[in-house]
Order: sequence, then structure tokens, then C-alpha cells
Amino acid sequence: MRIGRHTFEYQNRPEVIETSAIAGPQEMDGPFKNYFKYYLTDDTFGQDTFEKAEREMMVFVIKNVLEKSKLNSADVDVFIGGDLLNQIISTSYAIRQFSIPYLGIYSACATYVEAMLIAAAMVDSGFRKNAICCTSSHFSSAERQYRFPLELGTMRTPGSQWTVSGSGACLISKSKEKKYPYLKYATIGRVVDYGIEDTNNMGAAMAPACADTIYHHFKETGLTLSDYDKIVTGDLGILGSNILIDLLAEKGYDIGGMHMDCGAEIYTHKPRLHQGGSGAAASALVFNCFLFDKLLKGEYRRILFVATGALLSPTATFQGDSIPGIAHSVAIHAPNY
Amino acid sequence: MQRQNFDNKAYKEYVHNIMPRTNHLKTLIMAFVVGGIICIIGQIIHDVIRALFPYLERDAVNSYVTLIMIFLGSFLTAIGVYDDIGKFAGAGSIVPITGFANSVTSPAIEYKSEGVIYGIESKMFVVAGPIIVTGIVCSVIVGIIYLIIGG
Amino acid sequence: MEGIISTILKYLAVFATGGALCLIGQLLINYTKLTPARILVLFLVLGVILQAVGVYQAVVDFGNAGATIPIIGFGYSLAKGAMEGAKIGFLEAISGGFKAVTIGIDSAIFFAYIFSLIFRSRTKKC
Repeated sequence: MRIGRHTFEYQNRPEVIETSAIAGPQEMDGPFKNYFKYYLTDDTFGQDTFEKAEREMMVFVIKNVLEKSKLNSADVDVFIGGDLLNQIISTSYAIRQFSIPYLGIYSACATYVEAMLIAAAMVDSGFRKNAICCTSSHFSSAERQYRFPLELGTMRTPGSQWTVSGSGACLISKSKEKKYPYLKYATIGRVVDYGIEDTNNMGAAMAPACADTIYHHFKETGLTLSDYDKIVTGDLGILGSNILIDLLAEKGYDIGGMHMDCGAEIYTHKPRLHQGGSGAAASALVFNCFLFDKLLKGEYRRILFVATGALLSPTATFQGDSIPGIAHSVAIHAPNY
Repeated sequence: MQRQNFDNKAYKEYVHNIMPRTNHLKTLIMAFVVGGIICIIGQIIHDVIRALFPYLERDAVNSYVTLIMIFLGSFLTAIGVYDDIGKFAGAGSIVPITGFANSVTSPAIEYKSEGVIYGIESKMFVVAGPIIVTGIVCSVIVGIIYLIIGG
Repeated sequence: MEGIISTILKYLAVFATGGALCLIGQLLINYTKLTPARILVLFLVLGVILQAVGVYQAVVDFGNAGATIPIIGFGYSLAKGAMEGAKIGFLEAISGGFKAVTIGIDSAIFFAYIFSLIFRSRTKKC
């Protein structure tokens, strides 16, 4: 149901039934290690290129989520996913062996929430019964896509973030028991660009878009901060998170105590990685392994899950353009709330 | 949040103010020390060649030094050591000639996955290309100028 | 004894010259928006110009390898080659620069090619 220009409300409890994720070796050392069930010891995943490794991670989580939810690929009506590589090849190549109707989407690191938002809308309306959302990213393939060859001796600047290696998939459907976390609201963000040109400071480029989406969510739904236990952002990093808190404080929302950033949290064990993680997999990993678990147990009652994306491309950057930011959000409630 | 309420310039200034700063002292010292050490290695190679082959011309000795330094930079890149040095040395490992070797070898290895012709050979100079092009353009200009003024 | 002292002094000069040039590069990285590729190009052009106006030879005489190993020395060799070529004729003025640095470029291409056939890129460790 339409609530405002950005926000709508799901009417029929589309639920996140099952999730699966696979983490890279570096993510496995981090604070979420007890939550990750599957991980890579070698980030080539037995493949000869990093692009193929990223694709294999996706194949793994798709198979895993089907297995866990006891479904065949024939039971799935739609697969929505994307990744960071040109022409979203990881997703398109990973899905070709499953013969599931497929929508490829791209919002950089906001792709996971965008996929959930669309999938839940399709399930909610009854157009689709079972929908799978999936994203992936891989440090080594993203590095080549956006930056330099891996062996080039460059120094990372203090504003930089590190692309998370991993992939996550979830199944969105409606259950009879109504015992799974469900999606309540979705807010579609708009592109916001404050003219940040520094590709090593993506947090600052994305934070205004994130603040914009969160602001519209609260303004249009009329909810207050106390309606949520956590506001979870995708991959703003430490600096981006601080900017977000400042920007929202200016609008009268003090989220400091209830905010968590997936990218900033995932690498707290490695301060050398500066601002933390980024990439389409950052939010997917943390949601699938950590947040989903907390919601299922009712430890978090309601969360606002906002993933942010920096919609840059090296071509646009070399042509001197700034970095447009995007953020989409979904409000996810625990089964009994 | 409307764009006009928060204009770009103010935002950029705000971001600039809260940006974490590069540790200048540390990076500068590292660049100085690593750069100096690489040059000393070059000098040692030079002096050893000088001592072993005293009849070699000065230019030939320098050519051997370049050859060996490029080999070292290229080899350390190939075995995955040079990028680790570059992480803390910054310009200390970029500016010496070994850094040039690194910038040629690293894309060659990286794009190996696209094959020999479209990968290694066509991508080899994605990083170092500007150095060669600028260098040659400048040297031709210098050569012509000297020709005209009768050097 | 005197020989040892002069050797030490020579190496100190190498270290100081090479270190100082890299320090300037790092200053540019830290304080300007210049990326490493731009800095290398800048150094190269600087080397060409300094040699063309006849300044850099003095730096080389003082710093030896400290002045020739950094990329600015590459520019110095290019300009030097072009200037020497210009004394001979038109074609040599055009080709002299490249001839002077051909050993560096040829060896970089050759080693990069050989190593790229043998080795693979690995993920950065942090």
C-alpha cells in the first residue's frame, strides 16, 4: 500500500524464510566468525580466476538456500540479484544453471536490499510465490574493476574501504506458521549526490543518500526512532556512519545509540583496513548470518535495514564526475512483533 | 532533506574537516628510508659491477644497474612481495625504477586471465603507459629544441 | 682509511638524494590530490626539464644512484640522450631519448612477460 512517494507498506507479511551466506577468509577472522557457517579458506575457491570464484560463491549460496528450505529450483518463481562486476556477470553466470526466472538488478552495494524490496513486493501481491534474493562481491575482482592490479604497490588512504568477499542469498515467501521475520515497510531511495569526487571516500558520498532515505521513511510512516531496535546501514564505514549520524541529527533524529553499520562492524579486528568493509556482500553477510538470527530469536524486534550504494564507475570518475549515492530501506519485524 | 538546504560546498568542507588525516610524519619517514635503501642497493650493484668489470664504460655499467633493478622489481612483484612493501612505503617504492617495473609487471600478471594477447600484452602498460608516452614526447621536444638552437 | 670514509660519504649522499626524491613524491601524495601515476609523470617531466636546462647533471654527480634510480633519473636519461642525439642530426635528435632508456623499457617488458606466464596475482593481505 502506498504511504508516501518513497515508502510503501506490505499488506500480507512477506517473510524471510531462509538465508545462506558464505564468507571470505578475511571476514571469517572478524567479529562475526561465530555466525558464519560457511567460509572460504582460500579466496580463489578452487577456480582459476577471481571472477569465477565470486560466481561459485553465488552458486553455493543459491544451492544452500534451496537445500535448507527444501525446495527445488523449479519451485522458485523469481530470482533477483546483482553484483559489482561489469554487466553483473557474477549473478547472470551463476544463475544460468538453475533455470529460474531471473531479474538482474544493480544498485552497487545497495543491491541486496533492493532485491529484498522487489521480491517482497512480488510475494506480497501474490504475483510470485517463492523469490530468492542474492548478491555477491569479491575483493580481488572488485579491485580490478574499480582500482589497480592487485600486485601494484600502492598505499591505501585513510578514507578507503575494503571490499568484502562473500555472497549471501535469502528466500522470501509467505509461510502458514508465520514464524519468520517479515518485511513491513519499504522505502525506495533516490539518487543523492553532494559532489564528493574522492573514490577513496565512498562513505561520505553515500551518507547523504542514506540520511535522505531514513528521513523519508520516518517522515512518511510517522514512526519514531523508538519503534526500532536497530537502524542497520550497509557499508558506510566508520567515517560514513559518523556523517550519517550528524546529518540525521540536523534533521532531529538522534540515531547514535541505535545505529550499526555492517561494513564498519565486519572488519573491527583489522584497523589497517581503515574505514571497514564495503561491497554488495557486506550487508548480505551481516543480515543473513547475524541479523536474521537475532530477529528469529526475537532479540531484535524491529530493524530498519538500509543498504547504501555508491553508483560510480571508473569511466565516470576519469571524466571528472562525482559519486552519486543511493540507499534503499526495508523495515523487518521479528515474527511476533 | 532537500539538496538546496545543504549545498555541496558546505558538505565538502564538512567532510574535509572530519576526514581522518594521513599520518604525515610516518609516511614521509617511510618513503625517505625505503626510497633511500632502494637507491643504495642500486649503488651497491653499480660498485660491484665496476669492481668486477673495470674496463666497462660508464654508460654500460648504468645499463646493467637498470637491468638488474628492473629484474628485482619485477621479480618481487611476481612473487607478491612488492605490493606489501608499497603498502607502507608509499612513494618510497613507487618513485624508484623498481616501482616502474612493478607498474609494468603487476597488470601483466593481473590480466593473464584474459589470455596472452588480450590480457598480458595489451594490458601491460595500463599503469606505466603514461610514463613512456610522456617521456618520449618530452625527449623528442628536447631533441628538436636542441637541434634548432644548435646544441 | 680515507677510502672508507669517502665510500661512506658517497653512500650517505646516495641515501639522502634517493630518500629526498621519494619524500617529495610522498609529500605530493599526502598534500595534493595527485595519484601515483600522475606523480610519476610529473617527476619524469621534471627530470627532462632539469636536464634540458643543465641542472640535473650536478645532482647525479652528487647523488649517483640516488639520483638515477628514481624515475626522475629516467627523465634525465631521456633528455640526455635526446641532447646528445641532437649534436649528430635530426633523426638522432628524435630517437636519442628512447635509445638512452631502451634498456629499462625492454627489460621491463621482457621480465613482465616472462613472470606473467609463470606467476598469478594473489589477493592482498592486510
